[in-house]
Amino acid sequence: MAAPVLALEGLEFQWPGRTGFALQVPGFQLLPGETVLLLGESGSGKSTLLSLICGTLLATRGTVRVAGTDLADLSGGQRDRFRAEQIGVIFQQFNLLPFGTVADNILLPLRFAPDRRRRAGDGRARALMLCQALGLPEAVLSARAGTLSVGQQQRVAVARALIGEPPLLVADEPTSALDAGTQAAFLDLLFEQARACGSALLMVSHDPRLAARFDRVLQMEDIAHSKRGAA
Amino acid sequence: MILRLAIASLFARALTVGMTILAIALSVALFLGVEKVRTGAKASFADTISGTDLIVGARSGAVQLLLYSVFRIGNATNNITWESYQDIAARPEVKWSVPISLGDSHRQFRVMGTTTGFFDHYKYRQGRALALRDGAVMNDLFDTVIGADVAATLGYRLGDPIIVAHGLASFAEHKDQPFRVAGILEKTGTPVDRTVIVSLEAIEAIHVDWRSGAKIPGQTTSAEVLRGMDLQPKAVTAVLLGVDSPLRTFALQRAINDYPQEPLLAILPGVALQELWGIVGIAETALLAVSAMVVVTALIGMMATIFSSLNERRREMAIFRAMGARPAVILALLVLEAVLMAACGAGVGLGLLYAGLIVAQPMVDSAFGLWLPIEAPTLRELWVMGAVVCAGAIVSTLPAIRAYRLSLADGMMVRT
Repeated sequence: MAAPVLALEGLEFQWPGRTGFALQVPGFQLLPGETVLLLGESGSGKSTLLSLICGTLLATRGTVRVAGTDLADLSGGQRDRFRAEQIGVIFQQFNLLPFGTVADNILLPLRFAPDRRRRAGDGRARALMLCQALGLPEAVLSARAGTLSVGQQQRVAVARALIGEPPLLVADEPTSALDAGTQAAFLDLLFEQARACGSALLMVSHDPRLAARFDRVLQMEDIAHSKRGAA
Repeated sequence: MILRLAIASLFARALTVGMTILAIALSVALFLGVEKVRTGAKASFADTISGTDLIVGARSGAVQLLLYSVFRIGNATNNITWESYQDIAARPEVKWSVPISLGDSHRQFRVMGTTTGFFDHYKYRQGRALALRDGAVMNDLFDTVIGADVAATLGYRLGDPIIVAHGLASFAEHKDQPFRVAGILEKTGTPVDRTVIVSLEAIEAIHVDWRSGAKIPGQTTSAEVLRGMDLQPKAVTAVLLGVDSPLRTFALQRAINDYPQEPLLAILPGVALQELWGIVGIAETALLAVSAMVVVTALIGMMATIFSSLNERRREMAIFRAMGARPAVILALLVLEAVLMAACGAGVGLGLLYAGLIVAQPMVDSAFGLWLPIEAPTLRELWVMGAVVCAGAIVSTLPAIRAYRLSLADGMMVRT
């Protein structure tokens, strides 16, 4: 069995100052190229879990390993660089800097990740290829991101997450801002390109209708215990 | 790319950023303008008299002598006897000499008795000579040449009669001898503009019927009789001297200061002007300090704008963070934006200054006699602009540090 691209072990996190919320993840693994849907209601700790995986939050106890590296071993700055190198992130919406061009937005993670920049080769050409593969017109590259439709913006976000082929994609309800018709087309493109890049995909959502496409579907309650209210 | 994104971000907030830049630009233009006026005033001040090597008067202080002989402010405590004047004027190193006699006034303007040599030798603004706008220099005993301000304020034209008052701000007027305007001078921006110039003999003539500051009762000498009299003055107030060689100026100055027959004082106009500027320059420095405060205010305004923009830009910062930007990058980004705004403000401010100069230069020259040169920015001005940009960077660190803290706490998730 290949080494997991993401491994959580005995993870515990308590919001500092806020005694009301704590999250525990006894164990969770994601294999290279695997696609996993994590279902959970809002408030179940999905966003906190993603922040822990991306290293903008540090676990109180336990380990988070991404591509074999324990995030706790890295300094703050190293974690930021590591995130840029290893993880592509897609939010629900407002993924892009509206004042920047689409090309600037797609190339932004490469700015902070020299290794990933090398992997991407000619960044602009690669961005163009990804845009074409995602069904975006070529002219879109030089357009300001704020002028695009929400659906196009989400596809640009996918291109940005995939450029330089990071081993792990993290998506936080990327379809929630899209209508039903565009959702399906968007997911088709996302899966196709994630597979083409060999990236594992961890998506969190509250929508069980997306389940059919994934290798594995987990409920948030199955892997994590969250505590709210009493300290 | 970060620079390009920072510029794009500024353009996206064009209105508030534009206002901030405008505020900085206006303050920088004001500061540079005040600086310009200050140096211009200093230069104009120093240019009040040029070409004169020495000013001689009765012994008093250098500044006092300069004030009454050149600026017509205050009074001489003593005069120079005509004999002493003749003595000095006859010295071999003296190239030319122009005696002046002060003490009378016309309305609010001083009357100065002198020779026609004054029009040849009095120079201002690096050697510019007095020029007549109308008429000619004194020809007759009762001719006067008036400065541009005198003509403008009193509405005088050629041929208009003038009554000279004895002393200053006095009601005792020399009504018997009406003068007439024979010439009007071009505006110079010097005290000459506010002077009524008559001949030395005329000063003597109007005092024929006076003794010790009071009119001799019943005595009236008609103009015709006066014209026939010997009106050689007994004393003059001060003498402007030209020396044939600069090297001999100091020797002559020493000789005059040691003049045995009478306590005299000879001053170098440039040195005395500098001494005087040291006194009046304080007001200018205060003005400069005030405009510096305006620049500071504009920069603080920029800081407030950045602060208030932070909340709406948290999502933007979260995107940067998610893409792997360290919080320090967020900090640098905000400082970079502030530097760009301050630099734009300084640049636009310089542009405003030049635009203002082009428009105002002729007006300021004719209204105040102040010549503001339009030239490439001086090193000092560049320093000021550089300082504004640096100050912009410094004040922006406060909101930038706050953004740093926010982005550290928010990470890539903005809870709204």
